[in-house]
Parts: sequence; C-alpha cells; structure tokens
Amino acid sequence: MPVPHTAFAPEAMSNRSLRAFLHGFPGVDEVGARARAQDLSTRSIKTTAKAEAIDLAIRMVDLTTLEGADTPGKVRSLCAKAVGPDPADRTVPRVGAVCVYPDMVATAVEALRGTGVAVASVATAFPSGRAPMEAKLADTRRAVADGAGEIDMVIDRGAFLSGDYLKVFEEIVAIKEACGAAHLKVILETGELATYDNVRRASHLAIRAGADFVKTSTGKVSPAATLPVTLVMLEAVRDHHAATGRRVGVKPAGGIRTTKDAIRNLVLVNEVVGPDWLTPALFRIGASSLLNDLLMQRTRLSTGTYPGPDYYTLD
Amino acid sequence: MAERRDTGKATRAATRATGEGAAPVRLAVRKTYKLYLGGAFPRSESGRSYPVTSADGRHLANAALASRKDARDAVATARKAFGGWSARTAYNRGQILYRVAEMMEGRRDQFAAQAVAAQGLSADEADRVVSAAIDRWVYYAGWTDKVAQVIGGANPVAGPYYNHSAPEPTGVVVVFAPPNAPLLGLTSVIAPVIATGNTTVVVASEKAPLAAIDLAEVLATSDLPGGVVNLLTGRVPELGPHLAAHADVDALDLTGAGEAAVEFEKAAAATLTRVLRPTPEADGGEEAWLDPDPGTSRMTPFLETKTVWHPIGT
Repeated sequence: MPVPHTAFAPEAMSNRSLRAFLHGFPGVDEVGARARAQDLSTRSIKTTAKAEAIDLAIRMVDLTTLEGADTPGKVRSLCAKAVGPDPADRTVPRVGAVCVYPDMVATAVEALRGTGVAVASVATAFPSGRAPMEAKLADTRRAVADGAGEIDMVIDRGAFLSGDYLKVFEEIVAIKEACGAAHLKVILETGELATYDNVRRASHLAIRAGADFVKTSTGKVSPAATLPVTLVMLEAVRDHHAATGRRVGVKPAGGIRTTKDAIRNLVLVNEVVGPDWLTPALFRIGASSLLNDLLMQRTRLSTGTYPGPDYYTLD
Repeated sequence: MAERRDTGKATRAATRATGEGAAPVRLAVRKTYKLYLGGAFPRSESGRSYPVTSADGRHLANAALASRKDARDAVATARKAFGGWSARTAYNRGQILYRVAEMMEGRRDQFAAQAVAAQGLSADEADRVVSAAIDRWVYYAGWTDKVAQVIGGANPVAGPYYNHSAPEPTGVVVVFAPPNAPLLGLTSVIAPVIATGNTTVVVASEKAPLAAIDLAEVLATSDLPGGVVNLLTGRVPELGPHLAAHADVDALDLTGAGEAAVEFEKAAAATLTRVLRPTPEADGGEEAWLDPDPGTSRMTPFLETKTVWHPIGT
C-alpha cells in the first residue's frame, strides 16, 4: 500500500500537516476487513502446532489486574501466577508481563525481582485519560521511578475525535520522553473511535509519535479487541515497517478469554505481519481469565483428559 | 429411504385411481433430531448423524451423532447453569418439575406414538409407560422440598452447640441413560438428579434416542433454565471415556454404561468423581422402571452433606 509518509514532516508539525498525513491514508474496507478476519479465524490449529501456539500465547500474556479493589496481596498472588502459571506443571512458560495500576508497581516489582517477568503499568489517568497533562506526566514518572519497564498510556480520545491530532501527538511524545528507557504502549481505545478508518489513523499517529506498541483497548469499554480492529492495527504496523524499517508491537486487550480467541490472534499476526511478530517482544495479549483457559487446554493436550477450572487459581 | 419413496408412489397412484375428488397427497414433515445443549437445539459440531430404526427395523429418523467436543461443550454449559439452578429455592425447582409433567401431559400422544414405533410396545403398554413417566416428574417435584428433611436434620452433640446437617447438590452429573428404557427409564434417571439442584449431561440410549429429544422439547418449554439438562445422542464408547475422565464432572450415573462401567469408574477415580453403579434394572425395558415409589435412592448419591456447628447463646 502506498503510504504517504513522505508528506509527513515532523519539523513542520501542525494540526494541518497531521491531518493531511492521516487523512491521506486510503479508507479501510470494513466489509473486507471483517471478512478477512472471519476467514482467518477458521484456520484449524491442532496437536503439536496447537501446543506451540498455547505456549507462545502464554509467553505473550500481559497478566492484568486493573480493578478498584486491587490490594497488594492480590497483586502479589498475580505475580506468583505470572512466574509459575501452573504449580502442577513446571514446564509451563512464564507470562510476558504483569500489568497493574501505578500505585501497585512497587509491590509488583518487588514480587517479580529476578524472575524475568516485566512489570507494566497503566498511566495517564487510565482508563478515561481525562486529567491535566501535569498529572499524566507525574503518573508516568512515578510508575517508571517505581520500576515499571512498560507503560500503557491512553490517548485523549476526545481530542482525537474532535480533530486535534496535534494535541494527541504531543501528549504521546511527552509521555514517551517521561518513560525514558521504559517501553511505551499506546492504548487507542478502539471501542470509542467509531470507525476502522479512525483506528488506522490513530495507529499511524501513535506509531509516528514514538509508540513501541499500539494497544487496542483499556478493557473498560465494549467492544474491546475484536479481530478486525487488530487486523487494521497490524496492517498499520506492517506498513510502517515497510516504509521505515522500524518494528512496532501490537497488543490486543479486553475480551480475549479463550484459547481459541488467542490462537485466532496469532494466526492473524502470522498472516498480516508475518512470523517475525510472533514474539512477546512484538505481540502481547492483555488478559486475565485467558491464562486459565490456556492452562486448561495445555493440560488437555498433555494428559488427554479435560481439566476443570477448580484445578487452577482464581484471579 | 427407498422403501419410503415406494410407499409414496403407491399412495399417489392410489390417489389418481380414486379420481378427481380425492385430496392431494401431503408431503411428510420430517423432523430433524438434534442435540439439546444450553437450552438450544444445535446439530453435532461434527456434523454427523446416524440412522435410528424402529423395533422391527424400519428407518424412523436420523439422530445427531454427538462428538467428544459436544460432550465438552455440554459439561461447560452444565457447569455454567449450576450456580443459578442450585440457588433456586427447592419450592421453585418443584414448581418447574411439575411444569415438566404438565407439558408432557399435553404431548402424551406424541410420546405414546414414539414408544410404539421405537420400542414396539402395544398402545396400552405405551400409554402406561407415558403415564408413569409423567407421574415420575410429579413424584420428584414433590421430593424437591422434602429431601432435606429426610436426610438432613439436627444432630445431637455433647456440647453447647446447635449442630445441623443439610444436603447440597454435588454439581455437574453425567448420566448414561438406560439403553432399553428410552422414556420412563430416562425420566427416572434425570428427574432425581435435577430435583436436588444438580445440573446434568445425559447420554441418551443409542438405539432409541428419539424419545430423549422429544423430552428435551418438553424441558425447553417448561421454565427449566437452559443448561440444567443437556442431552447428547450418540455412542457411549465414544463419549463416555471423555466424560468419565473430565475433571469438571462431579458425579457419574453409570446406569447405561454397560460393559464400560468399570473402565469409567476407574477413570472417574482420578479426579474423585462420585459414581453411581448400574443397578439390576439397568438393562431392563421400561417395565423394570414401573415402581411408582422409587424413594430417595437416586437422589442421595448426588448430594453432599454440609454440617454446621453453631454455639448456643450467640
């Protein structure tokens, strides 16, 4: 696809130039995107391929707890689960990261020290993003200072929808700066963006602003990560890589609860951006209940009998 | 099939022969027998079916041939329905079981015709079996709010405590229905399981599964929440091992498991699944199930006893 990134000149940034850039993309064929996602979701992944897909999906899980009722104890038990998802089977790999609210970062960092599991923190007044810029920056800096290796920020959907692309862009740039060495995941909250065209534009906007990952949703808005939305975001990532050589990750989050859903996402990744993205460094799945289903399917494959949810930890 | 087509031709020829005034021959409205899962009637996910014949070998219909994955889905659906069903008051469960009897009463001709066709019973025998099956629902409807008094109660203890025992449902019960008693036998094994608040996955009689699906249609219109009873038609040797070893199944009724009963019991032991072994009437026909007062023997195996100690004076 001809990406009009040549028309994009960061030094002469203005709402006008951003608008020209973002609206220069061809529109998304909605029916086509749905049909393609639907078609790919019928792929049959069985036996050894399924076993590999399950282990890969476990390594890609951002094990998430984002509740008002989170306690240090709950975060610690989630961290224990992240390191050893199935106490009865030590061959189960660790998850990609644990994702918590900023005030829980210190607890999670302490619980995960030396395990290789990253701590991700939502920031910038998650989930609405409605807070003054100073507060968003302070939120981010505090999470990074406490040891978060990954920051999940939300974009200002209000600004995006009203056409103030520059504000969104500058916010991402500023948060990226505040992140320092921490990876930045930018949550588009696609459920509030209304159209696939907007998803494509928001993806490119976030990518150009320096996002290391684009993430679909907060998990607080429905619909969250649908396959067509992930498809459009993967296409944006693919086109950006083709144009610049830079690899940006994608993280669907919210609504992915079953092994089937997770494997469908992996198929999508493989078909749209290719197997290079089939790594936790470039694809993550934000979830909480998904992990238990992955573990149950894993047990089913290795033992031949169906396990029950009573045999796994609650989260 | 061929036989059926010939019959049609013969009838048409007969109609022509009788002249202009005869009514035109009506096409048969044949029924597709499907599974009953979560309150809906899906086909088997495998897309398979198998022919069902009458007692004298005539083709009656095709029934869905359930697969391992249908069994898996059925257990998941039954598990989902358990919380709601077990939380209903015993009184309400009784009302619903009675409602099943009401609905069956309205369709008794259909059940009787099915019993005549599938089992070769005489009209009188079929009528007796259908009446007994309907009465069985009323019987267990009555038991729903009485079983706790009979098998629970206050226990005498040597200390300043009230001590009470109360029965609670075990959970998801897999029932292998009796192979030779497709209506009364089936009713006699399902009703006691759900009366106490369990949910169930039933593997219907392989050779006479149509009555089970007729019963499912009654259940679906009886205020019984979807997922409380899930009916699979298919082969016990294919479905049984997966259901018996399934860790999310809490109990097995092996009545119709036949020779595989021992193997299933062994598989069930790995996850401490409760087991009800086949009883002497297991292989018998409907007449083996006619006892109008079967008592609590089919309810108590699927109940857990909860005992509470409460200090006196607080």
